[in-house]
Amino acid sequence: MLEGKIALVTGGSRGIGKAIALALAENGATVIVNYCGSEEAAKQTVNEIVTKGGTAFLLKGDVSDSAEVDKMFIYIAENFKRLDILINNAGITRDNLILKMSDKEFDQVIDLNLRGVFYCLRQASRMMLKQRYGKIVNISSISGIHGNPGQVNYSAAKAGVIGMTKTLAKELASRNINVNAIAPGYINTDMTANLKEEFKSKVLEAVPLRRFGEGSDIAEAAVFLASDKASYITGQVLSVDGGMGI
Amino acid sequence: MLEKVIEIIAKQLTVDAGTITENSSFKEDLGADSLELFELIMAVEEEFDLEVPSEDLNTMETVSDLLTYLKNKGVE
Repeated sequence: MLEGKIALVTGGSRGIGKAIALALAENGATVIVNYCGSEEAAKQTVNEIVTKGGTAFLLKGDVSDSAEVDKMFIYIAENFKRLDILINNAGITRDNLILKMSDKEFDQVIDLNLRGVFYCLRQASRMMLKQRYGKIVNISSISGIHGNPGQVNYSAAKAGVIGMTKTLAKELASRNINVNAIAPGYINTDMTANLKEEFKSKVLEAVPLRRFGEGSDIAEAAVFLASDKASYITGQVLSVDGGMGI
Repeated sequence: MLEKVIEIIAKQLTVDAGTITENSSFKEDLGADSLELFELIMAVEEEFDLEVPSEDLNTMETVSDLLTYLKNKGVE
């Protein structure tokens, strides 16, 4: 479905990003797996893709750093000549109740989860405008739509991502570029692994489908939005949350 | 330079090169919207290997503005 396409997945070493990278590759895309800290995990992702007969490359870079993002895209332009698919997935949490949240905790999340997306969108837009083709999928969150106690920083960034998704969809629509977002609910990843059991069972009560999601649940949606099957869909936020947001 | 610039404008804005004069306004005469103008400048940047800051973009209303700008940047 994605044969010949070049895709960049930010934060592709673990969790949702890894699942998306694997799924894009399974569908024929050449996947550039970006990572920042988790080099071993990123190599593992690339190895898994290659073992299954896919094509993937590693690309180190801190997307919260504008200059590093510029370098990443120069590397992509020089080595791949084009970028068809961008998955803005890299993200962190620094949860705290607002009364206890430090400036640093707020800034770290905004810098990566919001500014980082902006930097990648700016660079990708330039390439995709020239190509007259592009599929952008931003990973937002249920937290950005419905809010979540302890996550003023995270929900602000993720709501911001939805705003950027809609604006960019309008800015780039005339050049055959689709921009959409996915809002995952609770997904089994390292990010949610440390939640207390008591909290988890409380969350499950609020999920009509009565289970936590898997990375592959998000990946299926991402592959669809990144494909030409979704060519008439832009500026949308697809909730993949087991019905939690209903 | 003039011929090259006109060639780029004609291509980017899909207009007949013969209709482009130095006095042509990108937006009013050549029908460029802001995105097209941006793409035109990207093509110019690539052709002449220079970078046009976005604040300079606003000073370019006509073909002549662009030519003057490029001359000032040392393009011949």
